[in-house]
Order: sequence, then C-alpha cells, then structure tokens
Amino acid sequence: MQYSWFNRNLRWIYVLPALLFVLLMMVVPVLYTVRLSLFEWSMSAVSPPVFVGFANYAALFRDQRFWDATVNTFYFTIVALAIEVALGLAVALLLNRKFKGKNIAKTVMLLPMVATPVAMGMVWMLMYEPSIGAANMLLKALGLKPQLFLASMTQVIPSLILVDVWQWTPMVSLILLAGLSTLPADPYESADVDGANAWQKFIHITLPLLMPTIVIATMLRLIDVLKTYDIIYATTQGGPNLKSETLNIYGYVLGFQYFKFGYASALLVVFFLIVLALTLLLILFRNRTRDAL
Amino acid sequence: MRTHGFVKLAAVVATAVSLAACSGAGGNGGAGAPQDGAASAPGSDKPLAGTELVLVTANHPWSEALTPLLPEFEQATGIKVKVENYFEDQLTQKLTVQFTAGSATPDVFMYRPLQEGRLFFKNGWVTPLNDYVNQNADYDFADFSQSAVGTTTVDGKIAGIPIVTEREILYYRKDLLEAAGIEAPKTIDDLIAAAKQLHDPSREMYGFVARGQRSPLVTQLSSFIFSEGGDFITDGKASIHTPEAVKAMTTYGTLLKEAGPPGVLNMAWPQAFGVFAQGKAAFLTDADSLYTNLTDPQKSTVSDKVGFAVFPAGSAGSKPFNITSWGLAINERSEKKEAAWAFIEWATGKDIVLKQQQKGNPGARSSVWDNPEGVKAFPDELVPVIRESMELGVGHDRPLVISVGEARDAVGEVVMRVITGEGDIQAAANRANELLQAVIDKDNK
Repeated sequence: MQYSWFNRNLRWIYVLPALLFVLLMMVVPVLYTVRLSLFEWSMSAVSPPVFVGFANYAALFRDQRFWDATVNTFYFTIVALAIEVALGLAVALLLNRKFKGKNIAKTVMLLPMVATPVAMGMVWMLMYEPSIGAANMLLKALGLKPQLFLASMTQVIPSLILVDVWQWTPMVSLILLAGLSTLPADPYESADVDGANAWQKFIHITLPLLMPTIVIATMLRLIDVLKTYDIIYATTQGGPNLKSETLNIYGYVLGFQYFKFGYASALLVVFFLIVLALTLLLILFRNRTRDAL
Repeated sequence: MRTHGFVKLAAVVATAVSLAACSGAGGNGGAGAPQDGAASAPGSDKPLAGTELVLVTANHPWSEALTPLLPEFEQATGIKVKVENYFEDQLTQKLTVQFTAGSATPDVFMYRPLQEGRLFFKNGWVTPLNDYVNQNADYDFADFSQSAVGTTTVDGKIAGIPIVTEREILYYRKDLLEAAGIEAPKTIDDLIAAAKQLHDPSREMYGFVARGQRSPLVTQLSSFIFSEGGDFITDGKASIHTPEAVKAMTTYGTLLKEAGPPGVLNMAWPQAFGVFAQGKAAFLTDADSLYTNLTDPQKSTVSDKVGFAVFPAGSAGSKPFNITSWGLAINERSEKKEAAWAFIEWATGKDIVLKQQQKGNPGARSSVWDNPEGVKAFPDELVPVIRESMELGVGHDRPLVISVGEARDAVGEVVMRVITGEGDIQAAANRANELLQAVIDKDNK
C-alpha cells in the first residue's frame, strides 16, 4: 500500500526539494517585495508599515529621477550588450581556429570574468582617475587630450560600458565557442564543393546554425547587464550628478539611504517586470528562430 | 516568564564561559586577557565578569586606537569585548538590518549622530542614556562640550556619547601663499580672490578643492551657509532658497567651477584630499579631523607645507560647523545594558579620551583639550584653530531630519547646477527647498 503510494507520487517526491528551494528562496522574497510595495515603511520598530495601495507606483511614475534612471539603464544595457555579443562572436570565431597557444589564449581571456567585480571597479576607478590615472597617461603619451571619464556627465556611461565589456565579453565568447564546436561539418563540406567563400559560409551557415546559442548568450547577458550594480556602485555610486544612476542603484538609494522601503519595493517590482518582459520576448524570438530551422 | 529569563541568562553565562575557554585553548596571543577571571563568581569587585559584549565599530582611526586598549578594560571588569569592524556604509546597513530584525546584538555600536541618529532614535533602536550619564560622579559628564552633546541629543534624550568631534577649517599651502605674498584668507571674499590668483590649470595647479559629489558636499557647504547667516532649516521651515543660502551655494559651486581641478563632480573627501596631498591645490576646506591625510609624509607630498586657518568669515562672520561625527550608543534590545554602559563609561572616560587625542582623534572633553598632554599630537598651528572653531561653531552640518540622505541630495542638487552651469540657480533652490520641506513634513507626521 504505502509502497505503491510512494511509487505513484515518485515524480513529485523527487522534485520536492528543488520545489521547496525555489519557493523559499525565490518566490517568497518576490511576493514579499510585491506586498511591501503597497506599504509605506521606514524599517521602524515603533511605527509599523502603513498600507497605501498603489500610491507608491503612482508616485514612481511621476518621479523624474525614476525615468532618468530608466533611460540610463537602457542606454547602458543596449550599448554594452551589442558590443559584448558582436565582440564575443568575433573572439569565439578566432578561438575556434587551430593555432599555437590557443589554450593559453583561452585561459588569459577568461581572467577578467573570474575577477571580483567590486575589486575590478576599484582598479578601473584608479585607471580612470583624471589627474594621475593610467588612462590619461596613455592618452597624453599618444598626444591626445586627457579626458574626465567617470567624472564627466557625458563620458561616465561609455566609460562604465567599457568596464562591463572588458569583464563580460569572455563569457559570451565562451558560450558561443561551445555552440561553435557542436556545429555539424556536412554543410561546410557541401559549401566547399559549391565553391562558397569564407564570408558566405559565415553568413549562410555559421550564423543561422549558431543563432539559438547567440540568443541564449544574449539573454543571459541581458539579464545581468540590466541588473549591473557592483561596478557602478564601486566606481561612481550613480554620479556624477546622477548621470550613471541606473534603476538598481536608485532602488538601493531609496531603500538604504532614504529608508523608503515601500517606494523602493515598488521600483524593484517595476524593474522585475521589465526584466521579465524582455526575457520573455527573447525566448519568443528564440522559439521562432528554432522553428524556422 | 521567569523560567524563560533564567534559561536565557544561563545560556548567556554558558556561552561566555565556553567562549572564554575556547579563547584560552586557542592561545589568543596571550594579550593579558583574564581568561580565568571570566568564570569568577559574582559579588566580587567585578560584578559583570563573564559578560560578553558585542561592539560594532566603523573602520576609523578611533577604533584602531581603541582596540589595543581593550585588554585593559577586560582585565579591570572581567567583561569580554568582541569587536566587529565595518566600513561606514556597510556599518549603516549592518546596523539597520540587525535592528530591524530586533536583534539583541550588537550591545554597543558606533554611529553617526547627524546622519543616522534621528532615524535610529525615532525607530526605537537606541537606549536613552540620561539616567546613565550621572551614575558615576567621576565620569564628569559636564566635561563634554555642549555643542557635541547637543549633536547626539534627540528630543531632549541623550541618544549617544560623543567620541569624535570635528570642525570645518581651511587648509592652505603655506609656501604658495608666501611666494605670492598673500596672507591666509580671513574672509570668504579673500579666499575667492586668492584661489583665483593661484589657479593655474596649465601647470596643473588649482586654486581650490573641496567635495563636489552631490551628497558628500552638503556637510562642507554648511559652514558657507552659516557664515552668510543662513541655515538649512530655520524655525522648522526649509530655508535653502533664502538669499543667504543661495549666495553660499553659489560661492561654493563657483569656487569649484572656476578655481577647482577637473573631475570635481566625482570628488568626495578622499579624492579632494588626494588632490591637495599631491600638491595640486592651494586651498581646501574640510573637516579638521582628517588633517593627518595632509601632514603624514607617507600620504602627502606637501606634508611640511600645510597651513591651517579658521573657516573664513562671510557676511555673518565665521561660523564653521562644530559637531560630533561619531558617537557610541547602546542597542535598546541589548540584554547587557549594564555592561554596555560600563564599557562606554570606560571608553569615553577622561583617561581613554586623553589617549585617543594623543593618537590624533579629536574628542569632546574640555578638560582634555585644556590639558597640554591632550593636544600634543596635533600640529602646533592646528590647536588654536580647533579651539577657536569650537567657540564659533554651530552644532550641525546637515539638515536635522530623519531622512538625511534624501535631504542632502536635495540640497546638493543646487550646487550641482552651479558647477555644471545648468539653468537658473534660484529656481533650482526653490525646487530643492520644496523637496526639503516635504522631508521635514514627513518627519512631523
């Protein structure tokens, strides 16, 4: 009796630990954040949270700083992502060839990725320092005008994008390299027979076959770039003059500097929905490319 | 209820004893800690022996100087002190999270009275110390400077004991001023003229440097506002749109814009002091407590050329801030308040404050400032400047509200406009004033 019950429900029992983990560590915090976003609370032990309904959301959509942070987030994400995927693909193609020292090149390429982002943020901050930093030393040595980098309101996001590209392009390459190694050899052989050149082979064979992998790499990076927090906080904390304040940084400021936990939660819920929507869009796109094959 | 309390007490004692045993077995360097004393019976001259206190400190010269002195306290009382050390921002987060969770630890913590003091107090996280400070006549609480205690007092309750005080002063390069035949500026107008005269960007020499980051600059701006006769809040109303405040914010921003180094928008105190320490700036206004960053030959290329002056006078005279930047407080939920107070009484007593000042940490006790031994560590020229600033000083350096972060950002925005040259300053000040008023109104709700 007992045994058969066990047997019948085996599939549920096996997933139970994973299910519990997801519920406790992911679903509960998200639901708690959603609930908190309907309250006004400053973490006080004396005055409890006050229910305010959707007032936090209404205030958020009227908040210019929220819209500025949204623009900054997308500016940073779109440019960084485009460069990382393009550059990552180029590096992957390069590493997919046979050459001497290939393994050393692969290892060296991975170094930025394994470094701690906050520590790397500090290093880049020193390099970007306008008066004594290495970046300006280099520019001066090349006879160029020194720049302000992180201290300039217009250069701050491009400067941060460079850090992100430096750190995370290797991950894109790594995923694409794995994808490249699984590609079948037959299409290339028949293309050779037909006399196709390297460019034609890349455009008509490699790219379409690799597309599902590219979409996966893009999706993983998209989620991470949108949520970038560590390098921005370590270098500029959203400055100068809020010009590098992304949604994540603004959420942090609202919560831990302004102590507006309800409002910060509302922002994070909106941010969560943005990330979710973009991810679903990409999945949809992936399914369509897969069907097309 | 009683059983519950007893179980708790037993657990505490057991933990303390086993911890003491552990540290004995671990061979903790034998710093002279009374490892056997920990288990001594109550009723002796060490009634609190065996208690273990958790002390959370900021990564600050004050805690660095205190740590080697702790065995002295542990030996005298039998109390064990466990120290946890954090950087400023992490400290606030750590405390906020623990207090929100209703944690009984830390027992004693270091905090910034003006930054978090009101929030912590109004949230019921700190123990009012009014009944404690006069328990022991030898402690001599009246010895603490009035404005320093004023900083740590909220609604008439003493929320914490001042440990580090600071004032805004003017740092200048003696050699440059001498070469140009300029006296140390006595007024803000003199400062502007001198900074512009010494400003020579082509040689990477800048007239004036100070914090230019939106929120960090607000405290250093305060002395400019006070010296023009303004304040952030006047009689409970936001007043940063007044002609006095607008003039001060324009002066501060213009100095940085027209006589400051490149990249000033990204400067908090470490960057500003860095520029001065590399010999690239003639003037710097910031807190006196940070002077070693300029006079220590390890950190500064101009260590022997630094001059100190009282904050220059504006139209209302010289009114630098004179505040308690760090205080010690007791967690309201601590189960060891007696021991916690014993610790604070020791750490802020005359002996330790003297030792702290000998290490260069300016305290709040008048008797120590009057003691020649107490000022020995400070440069001779700095001592009269500190003394005079203490007399002239104002007891706050930022808006006195609960949501300090939000208020600071509002004020800083106006200076940002001056530095970047965007738009109408008065209009920006009016807008910032509304934001500040909203923060004040929220406090009073």
